[in-house]
Amino acid sequence: MDFMTIKEISPDQVIFWQWGIVSVSGTIVFTWGLMLFLVVGSVLITRRLSTGVSLSRWQNLLEVLVGGMGHEIAEISRQDPGPYLPFVGTLFLFILVSNILTVIPGFLAPTASLSTTAALAICVFVVVPVYGIRRRGLRGYLRQYIEPTLFMLPFNIIGELSRTLALAVRLFGNIMSGTKIVAILLALAPLLFPVFVHALGLLTGVIQAYIFAVLAMVYIASATRAQDERSREGEEKGENA
Amino acid sequence: MESIALIGMASIVTAGLTIGIGAIGPALGEGRAVAQALSAMAQQPDESNRITRTLFVGLAMIESTAIYAFVVSMILLFANPFWDYVISQAGR
Repeated sequence: MDFMTIKEISPDQVIFWQWGIVSVSGTIVFTWGLMLFLVVGSVLITRRLSTGVSLSRWQNLLEVLVGGMGHEIAEISRQDPGPYLPFVGTLFLFILVSNILTVIPGFLAPTASLSTTAALAICVFVVVPVYGIRRRGLRGYLRQYIEPTLFMLPFNIIGELSRTLALAVRLFGNIMSGTKIVAILLALAPLLFPVFVHALGLLTGVIQAYIFAVLAMVYIASATRAQDERSREGEEKGENA
Repeated sequence: MESIALIGMASIVTAGLTIGIGAIGPALGEGRAVAQALSAMAQQPDESNRITRTLFVGLAMIESTAIYAFVVSMILLFANPFWDYVISQAGR
């Protein structure tokens, strides 16, 4: 079950099936497998939900997950988590499950490929203005780029782009390095030592999933919140005056 | 010197230097951040949850610079475009 050799640093390079220029790489296979796993799992669990005192352990798991994510989002953004929970929660669950499933031999985490992480980061890049415009209007959202002065416009735009790049490379680098270091250690000091490093890699994977979701939420919050604070300040000033 | 040997040597030495030097800054930064967070938690144990969360986010941000260096060194070692080019030229 060894799909990747030590020379390949990304599951993109594992080709399962090729027809002409159309090729199905390991990233695609495992991403769709993961999506199938998540969707079928949630459908199976949510098919018979109970509102009574006794509930199945899987429903309990989902309730803890969704409730915890909503709580975290509410704490970071200080807003109602409702509109943000589907997007940020999906990002978190996808990355988390993908990183945790690396314990299964032969599973290539899709997040260890720069294509997947870049796609996720681009999703965040697109969603931040959407939430910002929906909440503050087009003018209100665009105004934040020329604050405090017009001269900050290029820096704000560069910041927007560079944080997207950082989001993608951070996740990719962490997960790729985890699997790669285990592979290198297997060649150098087999059997016992790689197990500990693999456990450390699992911890890193969970933390990185959390970080990715938190950063996405922080970016969304910064695009949606500024106006509320300013209007509140204005109200306070008006009251004082 | 032959170009294959030259490129191989330069890649290996540069990869080592990249991760070696690139790890210094983030290591110092993370040490400082953890030390500050520990003293803050010792002073305000009630706030330890919030401090821990901010600490993890901050550590990931600091660590990402080291990860960039690591990615570059991995590319130099395993997916070196110059090496691939020379090999493809030699095979011709």
